[in-house]
Amino acid sequence: MKNAGIAFAFVFAILAVAYVGVELLGLEVVFGMILPYVAIIAFIAGFIYRILNWAKSPVPFRIPTTAGQQKSLDFIKQNKIENPDTKLGVIIRMALEVFLFRSLFRNSKAEVTEEGDIVYQWEKWLWLFGLLFHWGFFLTIFRHLRFFMDPVPAFVTFWADKIDGAFWIGLQNIYLTGLILLAGITALFIRRLYLDKVRYISLVQDYFPVVLIMCIAGTGCLMRYLTHADVTAIKALGVGLASFNFSSILETLATYDISMVFWAHFTLVCALLIYFPTSKLMHAAGIFMSPTRNMANNNRMVRHENPWNPEVEVHSYQEYEHEFHQKMKAVGLPLDWDYDEEGNQLPKKN
Amino acid sequence: MKKTNVIIGIVIFAILVTVPFWSAILSPANGAAPEVSFDTPVINQLSGDDYKCVEDVEWMRAHHMDLLSDWKVEVVREGTRMYVAEDGTEYLASLQNTCFECHSNYEDFCLKCHTYSDVNPTCWECHVEPNVAGGAA
Repeated sequence: MKNAGIAFAFVFAILAVAYVGVELLGLEVVFGMILPYVAIIAFIAGFIYRILNWAKSPVPFRIPTTAGQQKSLDFIKQNKIENPDTKLGVIIRMALEVFLFRSLFRNSKAEVTEEGDIVYQWEKWLWLFGLLFHWGFFLTIFRHLRFFMDPVPAFVTFWADKIDGAFWIGLQNIYLTGLILLAGITALFIRRLYLDKVRYISLVQDYFPVVLIMCIAGTGCLMRYLTHADVTAIKALGVGLASFNFSSILETLATYDISMVFWAHFTLVCALLIYFPTSKLMHAAGIFMSPTRNMANNNRMVRHENPWNPEVEVHSYQEYEHEFHQKMKAVGLPLDWDYDEEGNQLPKKN
Repeated sequence: MKKTNVIIGIVIFAILVTVPFWSAILSPANGAAPEVSFDTPVINQLSGDDYKCVEDVEWMRAHHMDLLSDWKVEVVREGTRMYVAEDGTEYLASLQNTCFECHSNYEDFCLKCHTYSDVNPTCWECHVEPNVAGGAA
């Protein structure tokens, strides 16, 4: 509980900085122009740095003990997706992992009964909330393209108006993905607090991104459904940022009075972008580099040489016999290969 | 991991994350906020204290939909047609008879921001656009 409180304190501190900066000191230019550029540069550069850093680490031997029967004798049925020996199988396994979180679906709960027996129970809540949250977040970000693109592409409009926003309340449509995102992240937060084993291992860095994203989704929904903001001015800021049109950004910031809820939302998003590469959120890239997921189990079909092995001088028996075959023949030792008149080794007979 | 796979991954990441930037460079539009026009016969005749909207203009930019939503509920559900603004002025709560009386330029007023921000309200499925009606009724 203490760690969750600290995470909330950090997020509220960011909100306080935004409030003091924009509302009291009038630093719209800092929060509306400088901060977002710093954030996006930090995000992209940090993200790529982390990937390159990981890519340099040694790759372990292909792991055969994933959750499925590996390729074996003909009468033993191979699990071609869980333990693939082909590239296609690996791609299917990765896709299931990335898009549907297959390994979370294996989650179960272990408990010791009063009689001292261990029992395993169905526990798919992490998978369900995680799936809802991630897809909701992705589609919400996709929908936000309308604030950065002029003209707005037809497929964004179609998605936002006809599918995501198909339901209306009053005079305005409800974006389902935004509510799913908020519900999913809140459920993940409650789950982390509610399960005592999970709470025991949770640190501030586990709570902080959850609380941060919860507040981002919360301020977003607040702005859309309750307080409202000057969308045209916000879009002018967004397009100005996207097109590096600094004079347009400055003019927008000077002309329009954008609501404080927007500045809270925007500053938290910038904080998330800066925090992202330094944190556990990098699992977004890491999932593609999971050794148990991204390598085909073809140990028995393909010879894998350790790339950082030092060069070792070897003298194989074949070469040894070639060198000494005349002497061996002379003393009557058996030879594995035949030799022609010039002493060349002939291909081995079957 | 294989070098080529890592590079392909980084390139895909960079392309996806920078969609707003490269699409803005490729886009023909300049992206600036649209100028809504107040050049209509009725607005041009207003002067002095009469030159005002129902509520404060800054507030109307962000909250006109709240006002219209309230009007809708009051008129349709309560049957109240009279709206008293913050400054005490009384208005007839009617999109077509009050709003469009001044803002008779649908294309240069409503549509400007709605198209720019990709906001597609259903007002015009029942209400007649002022241009089609030949000016406010």
